[in-house]
Formats: sequence, C-alpha cells, structure tokens
Amino acid sequence: MLSKDELIRYNRQIILPDFGTESQEKLKAASVLVIGAGGLGAPNLLYLAAAGVGRIGIIDFDEVSMSNLHRQVLFTEGNVGKNKAELAKERLSELNPEVAFEVFTEPITSANAIELIGNYDLVVDGSDNLPTRYLVNDACYFLKKPLVYGAIFRFEGQVSVFNLPADNGERTPNYRDLFPSPPPPDMVPSCSEGGVLGVLPGIIGSMQANEAIKIITGVGESLAGKLFLYDALDVSTRTLNVQANADNPLSGDNPSLTELIDYEAFCSGVMERVHHEITVKELREQMQSGSVHVLDVREDYEYDIANIGGQLIPLNQVIDRKEEIPNDRQVVVMCKAGGRSQKAIDMLKKEGFDNLINLKGGILAWQKEIDSSLATY
Amino acid sequence: MEIQIIAFGIAKDIINGKKVTLSLTDEHTVGEARRKLSSEFPDFSKLASLKFAVNANYVEDNHLLTADDEVVLIPPVSGG
Repeated sequence: MLSKDELIRYNRQIILPDFGTESQEKLKAASVLVIGAGGLGAPNLLYLAAAGVGRIGIIDFDEVSMSNLHRQVLFTEGNVGKNKAELAKERLSELNPEVAFEVFTEPITSANAIELIGNYDLVVDGSDNLPTRYLVNDACYFLKKPLVYGAIFRFEGQVSVFNLPADNGERTPNYRDLFPSPPPPDMVPSCSEGGVLGVLPGIIGSMQANEAIKIITGVGESLAGKLFLYDALDVSTRTLNVQANADNPLSGDNPSLTELIDYEAFCSGVMERVHHEITVKELREQMQSGSVHVLDVREDYEYDIANIGGQLIPLNQVIDRKEEIPNDRQVVVMCKAGGRSQKAIDMLKKEGFDNLINLKGGILAWQKEIDSSLATY
Repeated sequence: MEIQIIAFGIAKDIINGKKVTLSLTDEHTVGEARRKLSSEFPDFSKLASLKFAVNANYVEDNHLLTADDEVVLIPPVSGG
C-alpha cells in the first residue's frame, strides 16, 4: 500500500493512463542494482530513485575526479577524491528518502557477482569496460535476471534489454548474441581514451532508466530483442533486431559456459599480451634500480600536462621516427591509459621490434598509484 | 555492384568516416564485403568477429546483398 505522502510524491506518474497506483506499487516492491555510478549511472540512479524504486544497489569502487564532472552530474566539485557510490547514496537519499539504498565500494568480480546480482530483481549496466560488461551479462544469464544495457563512445550510444522472459519460456537475446567475442583491447577505447560528449550519457542513461521502469511495471514495450543506436552528431537513430545466436556459448545450441570465467583474460584476447605488460609499481622499481627507457606515445599537449620524463613520440609518428627508438634493450611504452601504447607496440612489432612492454594503465595509473602531484586530465 | 556501408564506433576510425562505398564484383555477399573492407582497411581485420546488419537485421556472411541494402557495422563500445 502506498502512503498518502507517496500518493502525492508520485501523483504525476500515477495519473498517467495505463500506469496508476498498481504500477507505483510494483516500483516500490522492486529492487534494482546499478553497476557504475558514473556517466550512465547518474541519470539511471536519479530517475530510478525519483520514480520510487523501493530498493537500489549502487556499485562503484572509483573516486570522483575533476574530468568526470562534465558528464557525471550526480557530483559536485567538492566531491573530487571521494567514493562515487557513497556520494550517490548521500545525494539520492536527499532526493527520495523513501528508497532504501545499498552501497558497494568493491569492484564487481567473478568472485562476488553472483551474490551481488542474486539479491536484486533487475540490473542496469553503466560500467565502463568490456570485461565487466561480459561478466555482468553472464552472471545475469545464469541468475535469470533482466539486464538493461547501455554503452557510450564519443557521440554515440547503444541501449538494449537482455534476458527478459520470452513467450516461449526461454529468455530474450543477451550481450553475447550481439557481440560473440571481444575485439582486441585497443579496438574498444574507454571514455578517458576516446572521449565522450558530456550530455550523451545523460541521454543514454535516461533511456536505460525508462527501460527499467517499463520492465518493472509492465507498461509499454521494452527494447528486448532490439539494439537501439543513437548518434548525437546528426541526431540519427536506428533500431536493429537482435536474434538469438545458435553459437552463443551461454544460451546457444551447445552451451560451453556453465560458470563465470576470468573476464580480464577473456577480453585481452591474446593471453601472451599479459606477459608484455608492466605495472606502474614495477616500472618505478625498475627506474629506481637502474635506467629504463620509457617511450611516451601521447600528443605533445598531453605530455605538457603531465609526464614521467619519457621519450615523446606521438602515436602517429612512431613508424616514421622508429630509428629514434632503441631496439637493443627493453623499452616501456606508455600513453594515457594503455590503449594507444598497445597500438604502438602492435605497429612497431610489425617493424621488427621485440623489446617493447606496455605500461598498464598509463599515466593515469602512475598518477593514481605513484605520484598524485601529477595533473590528471 | 556498388554498396554503401555505414559505420559506428571505432569502425568509423578504421574506414576514415561514417560511410564508405565498396565495389563488389564476385558473389555479392556480406563475406565479400568483409574481405574487401579488410583489404582496403587492414585494421578492419581486427574486427573479424563483428557481425553485419543489413536492413536492421543481423545476417551471416553468406547473406546476398543488393544495391539498395543498408549495411551497418556496429562494434562494441564500452564507455559508461
């Protein structure tokens, strides 16, 4: 039963045709887990809390940084350096104290995903990396939980709904029907590498919240079995039909996955790559115990913002200037977050270089773990 | 036969724009379009697992194309 206060608070949606108190009660009885309280997480959390979802879980291990604020509209400048999930709970409790918020500040992993997701009716994916996206998809499949998917890149967004009960007793298609296997890591830039328009997650995240509300209340039709694409540059939209893939390792004709796997290894594709990486801590140790050649493939202006004294050759010049790169000793290649440096390594490998190691996490990891006095951007 | 391909995400970077026109000479299938893209844009082979959508439906490589088809490439994006 809804209280008098609730009837007033939610009046404008209760009076909607086809919505009514019945839908409002379904929202109150529902629980939603939002993975990531970042760009997509912000509008999801704001609208789901405002709409009166009874219990909302918020997972985010990350802290607010200045370069988040142009799109992560839950946070203020004074929040920089604090945990996003904790802050989100604080802010949302002011917005709607009727909602029970649960905060998780550890990363979601194969070890805890089943327990975390198992405790909710529906999951919203607002994560920012491919391993987590496959992990969340697989865990939702095993637990038979509907998953509202959203992802952004530069000016483009994708929205879909996975794993809804279908008329034939099966489940609607999932992420692996769309993207059976991950492309090489350098083909999937993150927001920090590829950039993103600030308003874009606002649009895509709001669409996700809308899907979640429709699924919970049963109002309207969801994007299950469809992939919605949005391009903010020319305001073009497309909705594609997604069919179940017979080769899907979860839900296909011959399933080969029966439990969660190591998603970092799965998404790095070539396992040998793991051995051609060095962490910032390992690099610092090497620098302290002797000379290490560091090649920085970022742009000049990025180097000016923050650097660790490496040799600067921007990615698009590394082939032309390859003679300047030592080939007789180990060279650590770095960029902002590790994507471009891996690309440089792949390009230089074809030119005969076999002495290159990628700096995992790039200057961002260095700033976070080694030298916080460096500027971030 | 000439066919126009519309790219999303990182595929835009690979084909240097949102659209590219391919000239198909052999069997006029999605598989031929895939091979043409890989030979014109070597980085495209990194997206080998990518499925093609034709007229809003995902199709297999043996799918026959006609000149009016809308062929769309949608790589995964991970940002949030």
